[in-house]
Amino acid sequence: MLDFLYQPWPWYVAGPIIGLTVPILLLLGGKMFGVSANLRHACAACNFGNIEFFNYDWKKDGRWNLTFLIGTILGGFLGGYVFANPEPIQLAASTITDLQALGIQDFSGLVPNDLFAWDMLGTGVGLTVLVLGGFLVGFGARYAGGCTSGHAISGLSDLQLASLIAVIGFFIGGLIMTFFIYPIILG
Amino acid sequence: MKFTEYLKYLLIGTGFGFVLVKSEVVSWFRIQEMFRFDSIHMYGIIGLAVIVGIISVQIIKRKNMKDAEGNPISIPPKDPSQVTRYIVGGSIFGLGWALLGACPGPMFALLGSGLTIMVIPILAALAGTYTYGLLRDKIPH
Repeated sequence: MLDFLYQPWPWYVAGPIIGLTVPILLLLGGKMFGVSANLRHACAACNFGNIEFFNYDWKKDGRWNLTFLIGTILGGFLGGYVFANPEPIQLAASTITDLQALGIQDFSGLVPNDLFAWDMLGTGVGLTVLVLGGFLVGFGARYAGGCTSGHAISGLSDLQLASLIAVIGFFIGGLIMTFFIYPIILG
Repeated sequence: MKFTEYLKYLLIGTGFGFVLVKSEVVSWFRIQEMFRFDSIHMYGIIGLAVIVGIISVQIIKRKNMKDAEGNPISIPPKDPSQVTRYIVGGSIFGLGWALLGACPGPMFALLGSGLTIMVIPILAALAGTYTYGLLRDKIPH
């Protein structure tokens, strides 16, 4: 009976649930759904060097969202550890062939264990994926004023042109990385 | 904020993290598949999420609904004339999204799933955010 907790959920079930996050947060406290704002709140909590961009009342603005983020970690623990799906992801065959050609061998988990491992930090590839990748996500999200949740979900839900432009940007960068840069990194 | 309010946001966040994992949105593999246009999976999720979002935001706006505390709900508009920041910032984000195979929500959900190495990209993302704060006045928006 609890099988659905262990199994992966199809896109047509997960999509609407993720979409409901927007009205739930609005109706609960007038909050706009957006995860990457928490990275700014965390910087504001420290604010080394008293940078103007981080000079605001992060507790007042960010407490609800940081609490939400702790929940996200907890949800990841429940979904990916307690009720982890033991089966590998049912990826498109063409993606698997493509990634194998780039040297990815382990398809058993949510992420390739060939890249996401502590001993990979000693390699150029590991540093590029984990450190540069994370840095670009953090820098780009703030530069663009939001990430996937803030622009692609919240912003598009409110029919904001700015968010549509940002999402086009997400795909410009993503496609350049996928087709031109990643093959060099893994090559 | 009262304790019960924290609890509400904690529960919604927990549900969000759980769905992110169950739908495999947190998966590096799914992101690579998405940018190769090899499956409907990610497009179906984002597309349906947006459709549900658009309908509910329209209802909230047209009915002038109030939040649980009785305050009117207002959504601050983003300034679409700042094209540079959205295209350039968005592209930089996209480079990172494809490279890391995770955006901010999934980074934290993956950490929760027991993938301790995610601490590194999270710290790097904080460094990226901090760097943006440092350079904000010097880069075009």
